[in-house]
Order: sequence, then structure tokens, then C-alpha cells
Amino acid sequence: MRYAMTMDIKKCVGCSDCVVACQTENNVPSGYCRDWIVENVDGTYPNLEMEIRSERCNHCDDTPCVRTCPTGASHVIEGGIVKVTPAECIGCGACIQACPYDARYFHPDGYVDKCTFCDHRVAKGQDTACVSVCPTHSLAFGDLDDPNSPVSILLRNRKWKVNAPEAGTKPQVYFLI
Amino acid sequence: MGGKKTSRRDFIKISALGAGGLALANPILNWVPSFFPKEEKPIDESKAKKFPTFCEICFWKCAGFTYLNEDGKIQKIIGNENDPHSNGRFCPRGTGGVGMYYDNDRLKTPLLRVEEKGENVFKKVSWDEALDFIANKMKKISKQFGPESMALLYHASSGSYFKHLLHAYGSSNIAKPSYAQCLGPREAGFVATYGTSVSSPEPVDIKNTQCLVLIGNHVGENMHNGYVQEVSEAIDRGAAIITVDPRFSTIASKSKYWLPIKPATDLALLLSWIHVLIYEDLYDKKYVEKYAFGLEELKLHVKTNTPEWAYSITDIKPELIRNAAYEMAKASPAVIVHPGRHTTWYGDDTQRTRAIAILNALLGSYGRKGGWYFPETKEVPEYPSPAYPHPHWSWQDITKPTYKSAGTGISNDLIKASLPDNKSEHKIKGWLVVGTDLLSTIPGRDITIKAIKNLDLFVVVDTMPMEITGYADVVLPECTYLERYDDIRSNQHRYPNIALRMPAAEPRWDSKPGWWIARELAIRLGLQDYFKWENVEEELDWKFKQMGTSLAEMQKIGVKVYEKEKKLYLNEDEDYFFNTDTGKIELYSLDLETKGYDPMPKYTAHKQPDPGFYRLIYGRAPMHTFGRTSNNPNLVDLKSENELWVNPKIAKILGLEPSQKVWLRNQDKVVSSFPIKVRITERIRHDSVYMVHGFGKTNKNLTRAYGKGANDSELITNIKIDPIMGGTGMRENFVEILITNPKQEVI
Repeated sequence: MRYAMTMDIKKCVGCSDCVVACQTENNVPSGYCRDWIVENVDGTYPNLEMEIRSERCNHCDDTPCVRTCPTGASHVIEGGIVKVTPAECIGCGACIQACPYDARYFHPDGYVDKCTFCDHRVAKGQDTACVSVCPTHSLAFGDLDDPNSPVSILLRNRKWKVNAPEAGTKPQVYFLI
Repeated sequence: MGGKKTSRRDFIKISALGAGGLALANPILNWVPSFFPKEEKPIDESKAKKFPTFCEICFWKCAGFTYLNEDGKIQKIIGNENDPHSNGRFCPRGTGGVGMYYDNDRLKTPLLRVEEKGENVFKKVSWDEALDFIANKMKKISKQFGPESMALLYHASSGSYFKHLLHAYGSSNIAKPSYAQCLGPREAGFVATYGTSVSSPEPVDIKNTQCLVLIGNHVGENMHNGYVQEVSEAIDRGAAIITVDPRFSTIASKSKYWLPIKPATDLALLLSWIHVLIYEDLYDKKYVEKYAFGLEELKLHVKTNTPEWAYSITDIKPELIRNAAYEMAKASPAVIVHPGRHTTWYGDDTQRTRAIAILNALLGSYGRKGGWYFPETKEVPEYPSPAYPHPHWSWQDITKPTYKSAGTGISNDLIKASLPDNKSEHKIKGWLVVGTDLLSTIPGRDITIKAIKNLDLFVVVDTMPMEITGYADVVLPECTYLERYDDIRSNQHRYPNIALRMPAAEPRWDSKPGWWIARELAIRLGLQDYFKWENVEEELDWKFKQMGTSLAEMQKIGVKVYEKEKKLYLNEDEDYFFNTDTGKIELYSLDLETKGYDPMPKYTAHKQPDPGFYRLIYGRAPMHTFGRTSNNPNLVDLKSENELWVNPKIAKILGLEPSQKVWLRNQDKVVSSFPIKVRITERIRHDSVYMVHGFGKTNKNLTRAYGKGANDSELITNIKIDPIMGGTGMRENFVEILITNPKQEVI
């Protein structure tokens, strides 16, 4: 089993619903977020292009964050989901430095926090909170080992790219272009 | 005589009264909600309770469920999958609706304006005292001037109970700013063409369209949920989107053609499209012949409106104008020239929307798959009550002689009728304002305040302290939509459907539901026969039972969708009677001609900015609704202030740096109350600046929103009134960018 997410750049309007849904689902403290929106504009008026993306932890295959964690708080669970155990985290911040995607933050209660791919929902066969709320259906989630999962189908039929491939982390959030 | 008292009606800061020992002694007031428990814990749905609701953060009113966590606290709101407005998915504002409930800046108790040591202050009073005060004043107004002198201005869902109250009291002077400040022109334009208004949600068949044309409509930045969802589906199917906007909007970036138009010239572009369709023989001849009236007149009318002519006005190259027209013709009849929603721009807005209506007719899209469908609404029965008294005069007597096509009450006209210099016999002496901040929605702030000062009674019902709350005689705190029942939602859609809103929690502090407030006022006015039910559950259950369901069933399902009784589209060659004078789609409007207006839309040049000035364009951000959410803790997290979009060329000339704070001064020398951060971006034309509406709050009781960003409304002082329906055109305002605070310079 290998969980992955796709993000359709053609459809995303950057509404940030994924961000709020994550906050209310996971009780993320006010002022913090586990996912966020990026907007890139190219060109000069009126010859312009724009790309809007919803981003989060890439749940990489090769995880520099887990490798640098001195206590084992950062770890990988079934399906390749990267998690942090708050009780084991000493807040040293090594993982934050190691992550090429800036996907982790210091929780005000003294540990490092990040996207969990909503493993509590996924375990019950549900989509992540962000995927299930996205009004434009720009986000999809599923098991890459299952050829009939939404992500497998999309990746077969669409062109895609990943963020910072040069980092060599094999990220598992795919951007459909 | 009322209104001549010594007391001034100035703005009162509500915090002044809350400082008393009484408020602080209240343990609930000091309760800081454990908004987010210490240990982050995702919600366990198996232990959660859920209650149906429909959203009140915007007018789309998506249905969903409010979830309580194990501790019985409201944690999240999720869409109802059977709801055609949301299809189970809320937008960020709806998802963030929990923040409205948890906002500690909410109005907490009834407040009464009293004079203390020669100064106006708000006194915390009991509901009885507040309601008795209002009822006595209303009786006095009725006796002295007649009940017609009371007006209701509203936007909240609970407005329906206040409407009932006002009609029972004897007045039909009721208006929503959403008409004259927003969608009124398009309603009038479509009535003049098709005999039917557009209404909401717009019955456009985006789901099946091949081509969607947007005139200044920034879908995706406006998160009208079902609309955004269908546009996303259209993108998936490869439908062509054509966007006309001086700004490179989100949807412009997803469009096949973006037409970066010179602001205020849209009508020239629309006329040139009509020209191309007719003169290049691209219109739907069979459809126009069967259903439309006035083609020959129209053909002659647009003879000179070539793309070359339009280019000189709009800055859009003739080739691009033609290609866009060809794209529409290729998709016909599965093409939509969208009517827009906020259409009060330049004063000739009904005529611009007429051109849009005419284009749809030429493309044969009205009543056709992929164009416009025929919507259906489930009728909600009235709970049995006596007939309303017949008012001696109404808003129509004020408005209709001048604005002959006004479809509903005109808010700005009711305000005008409240001014001291109103010499007519139709005087407004009291306002009931429910869930709308008139100072943010209606341009011409000074006029509104002048009218307020001339009132004998001014009541504000709201959940939050707004710009207008401080001017009220009585402030009544309504509980949020998550804490109350409301009237049944029944809006038009492909299938008729209804939705229930029920409380998921007790009202916080001493706030009350709108239905309760309206009923209590009715009892005090001797109008209890109009509210015969004891509580609203009884009233709702009665209505639901007439509609083949019950309150108990609706509490489980939240949304009920009914079978269709009418067809969705025209059948091939079907005879169809439009509700116009000719029974046809009027390309040439006999109704407008009879009323003395142009029967076909004409382009007139509007003012362009003087050197050193930039046209002020405003719009929406997906995570906020008007000025109503800028204090919502969840949504402030996403966007806490607005920015001034400035083209890099202009920024260079003015020496502006990114995020630099600037002040704005408009053509009438009005200066923004607060500075605004500059966003230097290629996404805006050099002759315009842009900001998201709803920020720059001056009410200090909004602890998150106060002083954040600038308020476009206060800079809109040049108002272009639509002569046909009375709407307030707001886009002919120009600003200078000042790098120092001019108010300090004066000192």
C-alpha cells in the first residue's frame, strides 16, 4: 500500500477551504496550518500565466525528516504516511531544517506538527478532510498500489509534476498539469 | 416632534458600556472558549452528534451538518451530499462558520441608547426593557405618521420573520441592499428581455456548457459554491471559458480567452459581439425567428458597432473580439453569457445586462441544454394568520415614478425618504435593520448617517458589532445560525428542494433567535394573531407537513429534493410564451420604450481617470463574505487584511515597495481611514487599482478586524444611479495613492 495525493492545478482556485477544513478536522491551533496555498504569476500584463497550488507534507518515500529525528518521534506508518509522536518529540527542530518543503511547524505546545494525511479518516476508508471538502474537486487521494484508486487513474491519464524533485525525496503529492 | 430632541445620535463605541461591573461579573463573558483543546485531537465522528443547518455566511445558503465533538462543543460543519447548493462540499467560509459562533466579539446583550451626563451611552438592558421600548416607539410612529413610516432593511435569513412582522404592522417598506447595491440591474435587464428575472442561484447550465463567458465575474474568488463546482467540472470537460476583466482574475488564468478590457467600456464590447453574430450570420436563426422580437431593429442599431469600433474604446484587439464571438457561436446553444451578480457599476447597468441578455438570445441559449435551464422552486405555505392590513402607501410610491423598472424596494430610496429635507408625504421615521451593515453596503455613508440622525427609532438586529451598530437606539443581539432555527430554505434549482436549519447549541450570552425577537415584538404590538404558534418548531412542523414531510424527518435528513413538475429545457420547436408584451424574447424592449428608456442598449462613454488617479476596482476573496467575516477567527487566519493591487509600472513611477503602507484619497478628497499595504502585481491594469471589499473596519469592538486594511465603501462617494431601476453604480471612483498620512500633514 502506498498512499498519495494529486492536486489539479488546472482547477484549483486557491480558495483555502483545504486549510480551514484541516484546521477544524484536526484541531490545528489558530494561527497555524498544516496545508497552505501558493500562487505563482509569470509574464507581464496582459501576457500572463498563473498557477495556484494547495500544498502540504509530501509524505516522501525518502524522508530526510525521519532520518534526522534524534528521538524517533518522526516516523513512517503503513502506507508511507509520515507522522510525529508528540510525546516523543523534544522540539529540536532538526526535521524542520531537513524538510525541503517547509511542511512542518512548531506547535505552541512544544512539539513539531504536520499533515497526517488524516490517517484517522483514511483508516476508516474516508478521504482526507481537505480532499473531501475541496469544492473544485482539485484534490484526490488514494493507494498507488491499487490501479483503480482515483490517484492511480489520474496519474495514468494526466501529465504531472512534483515539487522540488531535485531534492531526491520522492514526494508523493503529485501536481496535475 | 420626534427627531428634534437635544440628544445627538452619534456613533457609540459599545465597549464603553461593557466596562461596567455587571458585564465582568458574568462568568460566561469571561469564559474563553477552549477553541482548540491543548492536545490536538481529530474529531471522532462515531462519538460526534450532528444537526442539520444551512449556511448563513453568504446568500448561497449551502446545507450541511454541524458536528459536536465528544465534549458537546461545536467543532466542524460539513456539507450535506443531497444538497444541490453544496453537493456535500462547503466553501472555506462555510467550513469556517464555526468561527462565527466562537467569536467573543459578538453582541452579547440588548443595548439601549441613553443620555448620561450629556453624553450618549449604551446601557445594557433586559430583553423586556428593549422590546417594550421598541414596541412603544413603533406604536407612537404608527399613531403619528402611520405604520408605513417604519421601514425594514435586511439581509439575514431571519429577515423573513421581521418581514411578516412589518406587514402585520401595516408597512411594506422593505428593502434588501442586495437588490439596489448588487444584482438589481441584471434582474431588470432580464425582465425587460425575457419577462423573467435571473434570481438565485442563477439557472445557468454550466454543468453541460461548452462555452462560458464571464463579464467581470470573478468566479473562484467569489465562492458561490454550486457555481464554482460546476465551473470546475466545465474545466475538466474542456469547455472554453472567456473572461472579460481588467484584472487577471483567478478565472482569467483558467480561460481560453482573457480580454483585458479598459474599465467602463464593457457595453461597447458586448455591442460588437452582437454585431459580429448578426452581420457574420452566426446567430441561431431558427431560435431567433421563433422566439425573439426586434431582430431587424437590432441589426440596424448595431450596424456601426464593429470590432474595429470597439477596439478604439475597449483596448481589445478586433481579432480577439472576433475569435471570442466565433467560440460562442461554435458552442451555441450550449453557451452561457453569464449575467453576473454584483452588477451596479456605472449607472447604465440595466442596459449592459440587457446586452448580455440579448447575446444569450442570439446564441439560442436560453432554455437550452448547456445554456439556461428553467428552474423550479418548492412553494412554502404560509402558516395560517389574518390578512395583512393594506398600507396607504409603499416603497413603490417613492421609487416607481422615477425608477420605473425597480423590482423590489430600493434601499437607497428608503434612506432618501428618511432625510430631513424630504418634503413629500411619504416619510420614513423608523428603521429596523436586520443582519446588514448599511454603512458598508450602501455607498454615500454621509447620507445614511444624516438619515439615521433624523429617525425617531433605529433598531439594529445583528450577531456582531458592525459599523452601523453604534448609531442605533436599540441593539438586539441575535444568536448565530448555529444556535437557531430559521425559516425553511427554498430556492430555485434544477429540482425543487428545501432545507432545514436547526440549532446545534444554546445561544451564547443573552443572544436570541430572530424569530423569537420578531414574535415578542408582535405580541407587544398587539399583533399576536399573526404569530399564533408558541415556538418556531410548531410553525416549521406545520409547514413541513403541508410539504409532505415533517420537522422530525427534516431533523434527520436536512434536505429534501422533490420531483420536477416542469421541464428543464425547451423541447425542439416547442411553442413557448415569454412573459413580455409580445410574448417573445424582446431584443427590442417595448416595456423599456413605453417607460421612456432606450429600447436597445447604447454605448455611452464613461469618465476615465485624470492623471495621478486610478480607478478603484473592488471584488471578493474566496475566504470572506462582504464585510461580514473580517472578524471571524478562522477566516482571519486565512486573510486578515486586504491589499492594494498596483501595476509594477505604476509602483515604479510612485516609488512604491511591496507591502508598503499607503493612504488613498478619492476625487472628492475623501481619505481612507486606515492605510493599506501595497501588492505590486502584473495582474492589474496600469489605470486601475484593486482591493478586496470588506476590510478597514472602524469599530474597535471588532478586535481582529479593526484598522486592518482599507474600506473601499468609504471611498465610493461618486454614485451613478441607474435611471431604470435605481441601483447605485459604484465603479466611477478614482483614487490617488499617498505615501504619507494626509491627515497628519494637516495637523
